[in-house]
Order: sequence, then C-alpha cells, then structure tokens
Amino acid sequence: MSTATPLSGRVWQQGRYETLAMLRNGEQLVLMVVLPLMALIGLTVTPFLDGLGPNRVDVAAPGVLALCTMSTGFTGQGIATGFDRRYGVLRFLSTTPLGRAGLIAGKTIAVLVVLAIQVVVIGGIAWLIGWRPSFPGAILGLVLLAIGAGVFTALGLLVAGTARPEATLAVTNLVWILFGVFGGIVMPSTKLPSQISGIVGFLPSGALGDASRAAFLHGSLDVQAAVVLVVWGAAAGLAASRWFKWN
Amino acid sequence: MLRTGSPCLEIEGLIHDVGPIAAEGGRMKRVLAGVDLTAHAGQVTVLLGVNGAGKTTTLECAQGLRRRTGGTIRLLGHDPQTAGADLRARVGVMLQDGGLPPSARPIALLKHVAGMYRNPLPVDELADRLGLNEFAGTNIRRLSGGQKQRVALAAALVGRPEVVFLDEPSAGLDPQSRQVVFELIRELRSQGLGIILTTHLLDDAERLADWVAILDRGRIVAEGTVAELLGGASQAARRLTVRGPAGLDLALAFAGTRPLVQVHESPAGHYTAEGELTTAHLAALAQWLDARGIMPSSLELGSRSLEDVFLGIAEASAAEDSLRAGREKETETA
Repeated sequence: MSTATPLSGRVWQQGRYETLAMLRNGEQLVLMVVLPLMALIGLTVTPFLDGLGPNRVDVAAPGVLALCTMSTGFTGQGIATGFDRRYGVLRFLSTTPLGRAGLIAGKTIAVLVVLAIQVVVIGGIAWLIGWRPSFPGAILGLVLLAIGAGVFTALGLLVAGTARPEATLAVTNLVWILFGVFGGIVMPSTKLPSQISGIVGFLPSGALGDASRAAFLHGSLDVQAAVVLVVWGAAAGLAASRWFKWN
Repeated sequence: MLRTGSPCLEIEGLIHDVGPIAAEGGRMKRVLAGVDLTAHAGQVTVLLGVNGAGKTTTLECAQGLRRRTGGTIRLLGHDPQTAGADLRARVGVMLQDGGLPPSARPIALLKHVAGMYRNPLPVDELADRLGLNEFAGTNIRRLSGGQKQRVALAAALVGRPEVVFLDEPSAGLDPQSRQVVFELIRELRSQGLGIILTTHLLDDAERLADWVAILDRGRIVAEGTVAELLGGASQAARRLTVRGPAGLDLALAFAGTRPLVQVHESPAGHYTAEGELTTAHLAALAQWLDARGIMPSSLELGSRSLEDVFLGIAEASAAEDSLRAGREKETETA
C-alpha cells in the first residue's frame, strides 16, 4: 500500500499552500490588485480608449484583467519560484511525494485561484462603474484569461528557472511595466505609436489583451490572438521543461 | 518495514560529470569517479570527506535530485531517478541548505509537508521532541542555523520514512541540540531505519557510525566500521601527549626504551610521542621529568584517532594523484 497521499490531494494541498503564500505577500498584492485598479480607474477617467466601445470601462476592464493575469502568473509566480529555487525549497519539495510535476501543478492552481480573486475584486469594481459584458462573452473571456494564466506562468517559470532570483525580480517587474504600457495589453495596438502597433499583436501581452477585449466586448473569439497565445504557451512550456534548473 | 541489516541503498560505479566548466577550457569535470556504497537498514552509514569530496553530489544522485552520468543506484530496490511518489514517500531527505521557505513558520510548514503522506507522524509530538515549539511563531528566516537544522530534520522525518538522508546534520548545532539530534538518530536506527548521513566532522562519525565510507575526490578510498578503520582490535595506546614548559628535548627521555617512539613539539610546550607505547615508556618519562624537577600540566594517553586515519588517507591519495599527474606529464613530453 502506498504511504503517499493520492496525487490530487497532494496537488491541492500544495495549491492551497502556494495561494496563501501569494496572498500574504504585501508587495505582490500591490502588483496584483492595487496597480491594476489604478490602471482601471485611470483608463476610465481619461480619453485614451475613446471610440473603441460603448463606454470606456467596457474597453478598459478586459485589458486590466489580462494585466492581472500577467501580474500573477508571470511576475508573482516567477519571483516566488525564483526565491524558492534559491533557498532549495524546490529541491526539498521534489524529494517529498509531491514531486516536481506536483509542485508545478500546485503553483498553477495558486495562480488560477489568485486570478479568480482578482476577477471578483477588479471585475466587481468595474461592474460597479458600469461594466456590463454579455454572459457568453464573459465565459469565453474567462476561459481565455485562464489560458493566458498558463502561458504567463510558463514564461515566469522559464525566467525563474534559468536566472538568479534578483535578476528574475528585475526582469519580471521590468517586462510587466513594458508590456503593461507598450505591450498592447491594456492599450489596444491601434492606440499605440505606429512603430510598435504592428508587432504587439504577436507578443503574449498583446495577444491576451486582444483576445480578452474581443471576448468581453464583442463576445467573439479573436482567432489570430488565440493562436499566438497558444504558440507562446507551448514554446515557453517546452523551453521551461528543457532549461529549468532545480538548483 | 525492512528487515534490519538488509541493504536499503546500493550504489555501484556511480559517475557524475558536471560542466562544461568555462574556467577549465569548457571541459566536463568528473565530480564522482565510480562510487560504490551500500547502506543497510538499522544502521547509520556515514559518508565522510572534506568539503568538495563529492558527499552531497552522491546523496543528490541517490535522492533522484541529480541525473547520474553512469553507474547504478538501487534505493529500497528502485532506481531513484525514475521512481515515483511511492518511493519518495518512503525516503526522508534533509538537505544541506535546509530547503525551507524563509517566510514560513516551522509548525505550519511541517503540517503542510505532513499532508503529503497518508500516515505522517503527529506534528505536535515531533515538534515537542525536537524543541520546535519554543520558536513556533517565528518565521524560518529569523531562526538560528541550529534551529533551522532541527526544522529541516523534522521535515525529513514527518512522513515516517524507512530511509533518511541527512546532509551535514550537525552543522550549526550547539552542543545541546547536537545531543538531541544524535539521540534521535540512534533511536531511529533502533527502529530499523537506514540512515545515511554526510559529515566532515570525525567526531560525528566516531559517535554515530555503524559504517564509515571515506570519500576523497569522488572515490571511496576506505570503508569499514570505526574499529576496522582504526586498525582492528588493537586498542593499545599509540599516543602520549604531555604539556609543560616549552623547549624540552623530550625525545631524550625515551632514548633508551624500545620500541622507539617519535616525539614532536607543536605548538610550543605541547609534546606528542607516537608509537607502540608500553609501561616502560611511562616509567622512563616519569624518571626523566623527576630528575629535572619538571611537573607537566597535563599528561594524556590515547589510541589512534579517526582523524589520523583520515589525514593519512588524504595524504596518500594526494601523493598518488601527484605521482599520476607526474607520470602523465612524462608521457606527454615523451
């Protein structure tokens, strides 16, 4: 008889533990809730997004939720994993019945749970200021956000598993700001300078922003954006499993 | 549970290369060059070696944390590199650097780890035993080295393992905690666990080991029980230490006594006579000192220590290496 807790139990246990660790981290909460909220408010009181939808919050909210996905999966989980690696936590946990696969699964669950909390908090505030996506559009949008969470978590783990934790901290924060401002995630490519508007659709940030807006705003699937997103996810996943160093 | 005395870990011809190392012209570096080691249930197997000898690498290969370059490893009958959760559940690991998340609290972390096992030890009892309750509310980041060691040990034991790997378990421990940890290790042994630990402290090995394997430059250079390594059953005194005034020619005291002994003074006023000592040597020394009116401040008899064995082996292996290097150079020039 096995003396290990069954796989699903181990993964849930790790997911719960990682979720609480993320929620207890003050700086991460700023990145995961406060900054996206500021972006939401900022974009609804300024005229940057005018002309793209019935009102500003309808265009702003899907992009801000995409930004949340990047905060949690890429920057949040990337930094946490980088330091876990430094302190040998990854190695220790991979000697327990949890194992490496269980550890990654637990981290992914934590990202999805935190994202769900962000959707409730930030989506709820957007709703209060007038956001009214269609029901099918919202369902499609949530599915795409979950896929985006997987893509950005894979990218975050790729950085965390190949760079030192200080470098991971710097890179994931810097990329978060660059993608957040110029990456087409909250600002659609049509509103960006012409030099970059042509390429942002091929970035994971632009693809998730476009896909999220198409779903929540028009209830439609932006096939090109979805394909770009899935390709990034597959590439990051393969690269991470190839180059991720556990110690 | 395994029968006490049956092998729980069998390592044969273990080779591990790392690299390529840029500083060595992009060559691979051989860290383990064919390690053979067997550990048994109900015994403490000590892997002894200086820093960099390959102790941690050997353990990491046995734990499945590193992919080996060559050789075979059977841990409880399975290859740790391909085995799954069922094997990991039967093996406890304490890493050298602890592997504990700094922002966690000790008891909460132990409960989390315990959740990975179907039938873990009660966390409260384990915490009590290892004295973790005195800092239960403190983040691991703020614990002393010895406190962290105790938490890591608890985390290795919470799943009721059959085999435990302890990498430098006494590092950073104060004498009391060391006593607690050693007692616990002996108790685990009597319960039939196979314990494999590394240390560079000879004292640890002398106090705990049922079997000692000395690792030097990626090879086991000697192994056996402590008594075997010390030269079999002969426990006759081999060493006499005298402390007194500096600059005495103590060798003269033993000049007329056989067998001959070697005397040296290091540091000043600290004399050591080594050889097959007899009562005749003691009488000669007492007479010599009495004639000069010198009363030593300390006089101590001892047998050969593990340290002597260890240093002797390290020296011999270094000499062998330089000889081999010399020969290779000759071959190259020829």
